[in-house]
Amino acid sequence: MAVYDITEDYQDLKPPVINTGVIGWLRNNLFNTWYNSLLTLLFLYLLWMVVPPFIRWALIDSHWASTSAECHQSGGACWSIIHANIRFIIFGFYPPAEQWRPLTAMIILFALLMVSRNRKWWSRYLIFTWIAGLVVMGWLMKGGIFGLTAIDSSQWGGLPLTLTLSVFGLAAAYPLGVILALGRQSKLPVIRSLTIIYIEMIRGVPLISLLFMSAIIFPLFLPEGVTINKIIRAQAAIIMFTAAYVAEVVRGGLQAMPKGQYEAADSIGLNYVQTMRLIILPQALKIVIPPTVSILISAFKDTSLVVIIALYDLLKTTQSTLSNPKWMGFSTEAYLFVALIYFICCYFMSTWSRKLEKELSTDR
Amino acid sequence: MKKFCTSSIVVLIMLMITLPSLLWAGETLDSVLKKGFVTVGVNGSLFGFGQPDEKGVWRGLDVDTGRAVAAAVFGDASKVKFIPLTAVQRFTALQSGEIDLLCRNATRTLSRDTAMGLNFVSVNYYDGQGFMVPKKLGIKSAKELDGATICVLPGTTTEQNVADFFRSHGMKWKPVVIEQTAQLSKAFFSGRCDCLTSDASQLAGARAVAPNPADYVILPDIISKEPLAPAVRHGDDQWRDIVDYAVLAMIDAEELGITSKNVDEMLKSKNPKVQRFLGVTKGNGKALGLDEKFAYNIIKQVGNYGEVFERNVGVNTPLGLKRGLNALWTKGGLMYSPPFK
Amino acid sequence: MASRQHSSSNRTAFWQDPDKRAIVYQVISLGIVLMVGYYLFSNTMANLERQNIATGFKFLDNESAFEIGESMISYSAADTYGRALLVGVLNTLKVSFIGIIITVILGTIIGIARLSSNWLVSRLAAIYIEVLQDIPVLLQLFFWYALFYQFFPSPRQALKPLPGVFISNRGLVFAVPAHHPVHFYMLLMALAAVVGSYFLRRWARKRQEETGKYFPVWRVSLLLVIVLPLIAWIAGGAPTAMNIPVLRGFNFVGGLNISPEFTALLMGLVLYTAAFVAEIVRAGIQSVSHGQTEAAMAIGLTPGQILNLVILPQALRVIIPPLTSQMLNLTKNSSLAVAIGFPDFVSVANTTINQTGQAIEGIALIMAVYLIFSLTTSVFMNWYNKKSKLVER
Repeated sequence: MAVYDITEDYQDLKPPVINTGVIGWLRNNLFNTWYNSLLTLLFLYLLWMVVPPFIRWALIDSHWASTSAECHQSGGACWSIIHANIRFIIFGFYPPAEQWRPLTAMIILFALLMVSRNRKWWSRYLIFTWIAGLVVMGWLMKGGIFGLTAIDSSQWGGLPLTLTLSVFGLAAAYPLGVILALGRQSKLPVIRSLTIIYIEMIRGVPLISLLFMSAIIFPLFLPEGVTINKIIRAQAAIIMFTAAYVAEVVRGGLQAMPKGQYEAADSIGLNYVQTMRLIILPQALKIVIPPTVSILISAFKDTSLVVIIALYDLLKTTQSTLSNPKWMGFSTEAYLFVALIYFICCYFMSTWSRKLEKELSTDR
Repeated sequence: MKKFCTSSIVVLIMLMITLPSLLWAGETLDSVLKKGFVTVGVNGSLFGFGQPDEKGVWRGLDVDTGRAVAAAVFGDASKVKFIPLTAVQRFTALQSGEIDLLCRNATRTLSRDTAMGLNFVSVNYYDGQGFMVPKKLGIKSAKELDGATICVLPGTTTEQNVADFFRSHGMKWKPVVIEQTAQLSKAFFSGRCDCLTSDASQLAGARAVAPNPADYVILPDIISKEPLAPAVRHGDDQWRDIVDYAVLAMIDAEELGITSKNVDEMLKSKNPKVQRFLGVTKGNGKALGLDEKFAYNIIKQVGNYGEVFERNVGVNTPLGLKRGLNALWTKGGLMYSPPFK
Repeated sequence: MASRQHSSSNRTAFWQDPDKRAIVYQVISLGIVLMVGYYLFSNTMANLERQNIATGFKFLDNESAFEIGESMISYSAADTYGRALLVGVLNTLKVSFIGIIITVILGTIIGIARLSSNWLVSRLAAIYIEVLQDIPVLLQLFFWYALFYQFFPSPRQALKPLPGVFISNRGLVFAVPAHHPVHFYMLLMALAAVVGSYFLRRWARKRQEETGKYFPVWRVSLLLVIVLPLIAWIAGGAPTAMNIPVLRGFNFVGGLNISPEFTALLMGLVLYTAAFVAEIVRAGIQSVSHGQTEAAMAIGLTPGQILNLVILPQALRVIIPPLTSQMLNLTKNSSLAVAIGFPDFVSVANTTINQTGQAIEGIALIMAVYLIFSLTTSVFMNWYNKKSKLVER
């Protein structure tokens, strides 16, 4: 009780001015020791060296909707390259008259993502909504039925292609990865070794070698006369690659399941499929949601490698613009713009994953 | 498990998207007719030969050659699908049947014609490899390039030619290899290398877009022959003939003075050569297994060789190339078509 | 009853016996895998034969007829494809090795900066981590490479920040000591110093466990590593001749040249991977509870000892496994060199495929080489895991 009284006494005393307000905050956070003060000054100087010239270049001296000739004469940033080529950078070869279709598909995708952000909405219906959404998106992009003209997938490009490769890539890699993870935990030696060989082989090689394989030698695997579209082949390579990483993440979740869960399932007479379906996977998959999101992020970033096999994704359409004589030399502006798009998408996903991680860890 | 169902449905959707693109090729012409378009492999980032413009429309000499084949087969130059390919992919794409025709500024060589299972048709651009250097280096001949750093496209005949050239003259050099033409020339103009080597047409193109074209000279030495020609798969003679005569039709039309503007008037021409060429006198089309008006369609929709050349790489384009070797044989060039009879 | 039960278990249907069922499943799955494999293989063989494409690895002995920009071993266009590919492997190893070392150092600094009590430093580190992690590494490579040659002058106007150091768009050139036999002995002495320090450390640890006496291993080892090569250098007559780069003809001759492609690749890989390493280091340090530090202080350990004996052994156990996978990622990402023209293994293999037309062999080689890298790393990981488990008592 005595302790309680003491604290009450102290509450009446106000802290010294030097420890509160802006000054206090500065003192505590920037100048609390001599070397921190030194560091602060150093970094402030560096920021002063970098930020004002950058703002001058990017905003004050810049051109936003001029011709390329005007750009070449000025020293500032030339955002006109984006303005003049935005349609090609974002949509690639998609026929301009049908451009609303990929646009609508992307809006649907972002709407679905926004809805899925909130865990309150997580339910069976959300899954059905996603399935319906993916079907509608596929229909919008591909067309051919219900009154839309068919657009061959070789005409897909830009941002929709990047998104397609990553979203469908993860959607298809996920079940495959779960199966692989189950295979790796299996008691059957042949199945276990087959899956281990697959997972370790894929994880051991760079994605680019798989993309080369899909682009160059996969056609040789098929019987004479059968060909599969280049985009689909690249998509398959991304799925194969992502699945191996999903498998490792899911395996982590499976290993985190206490043995008692398996034994309990056995004791009530569930068979393997039932045990996995009803007891193990629902728990294991929930644990691994945050790392799965980070796989989605890296899958999204990795799709940029299709540049190397000449698919016109977001990065390649940008580069194509840069090889036009008119706009040569503005690579910094173009790359910064693309980097911004990637950053926004990834940042959105990674903040979401962190939020989710916090929520899920308090659940347990 | 719900996820499981979700994902299997997704896989099904994927399959649905995939299936239409699985097709049986067999004889090339049959499969092309069945699917309704010609699939042409092109460069994708070579200005003047194969590159999409700001609206995403394909432009270039090679692209127009592809359109000419579509016009010959379907009577519609737009029934063509362009697939951009890297240098490494181009030959396997053709071998595997992913494309029906390769128009990607590929040099015809013996080994490609034989061991790689390709057949080249008539040349649509005669080129030769040269060197471009900054004027301020004061170099007059490629033999003064000992010790130079040279920008070169990897994995091409260009790379081998320059290696052969320096070896045969006992000189040393250092390569900078970048697979994209635009990036390569950018590296050269910013001074990353002393010298840019490529086909002369591309050097001219690169120079035309240089920050200050007068600062660069193209050396007189031409170190190789580069006959750039479309290629088809080995073993399908009918398809080879069709592609060959589609290219030749453009050349012959120029010689006969037929252009996309006057082709309709020319239908009334009394000249038996023109009548045969445009299918007024029947026979040529049937022999190739095409419509009798195939040449008419090519010229009407794509143009003759001269028009295609001037539109894509000629003096009024940023490339600003003169006809040179690519002029008609009657004007001192190498463009020579066998008679259409 | 008993006999009936017995007979019923004997008559258990084949598909109800888990053991037999397991065998059937495995045979079926193996069969499917083999059949698919055979199907693809026979298709491939038929295709290759039909199209008259050469097969086999005989091309490795043929003359390559292409030059490679930078090489650690002597190489010219007259050498074989095999040697060209070896040059590529060595270049990949070079960029990965140097990249990993710088990444670990930079990542650790940023990771610690992220935990700094200085608000500005910690914020900047957080921004760095977030931004660099969220942009594809390929895009970063393009960006740095484009910036590199747009920004720096030609060799004739090279920047000279220090005597003997030149920065131009041909890369960084700097003076190195001229070749002298004594360098070899200096290297030997340095190696001896490292081995000596290892034994010294073992001895010191043993002594500390037995007698409790502390020996300043780090300081003595550092001294050894500096002093021993210095002795060799003085004993060899202290040669001071330098190989100074001079501008002759087109380019600098002499000195050590680091090309822009290498620099751009290294920068891209290091800056990208360091963002991930920083997060790992931060998590590792935070995993050691503050109570540990307080307890160590309470028993009178010095700050150096606390870091060395309490925090690091625990933090490293959390840090090392993800760190190794980041190192492996860096090695695998170095294959993106092909996009900016550094002659790494994939880039050389790519050219080889293009010239020989033997794509299957080329890609098989790429995969095999990277698999060897990762298997070696996993062997190391297993060794480390075992070792760090043994420490746990």
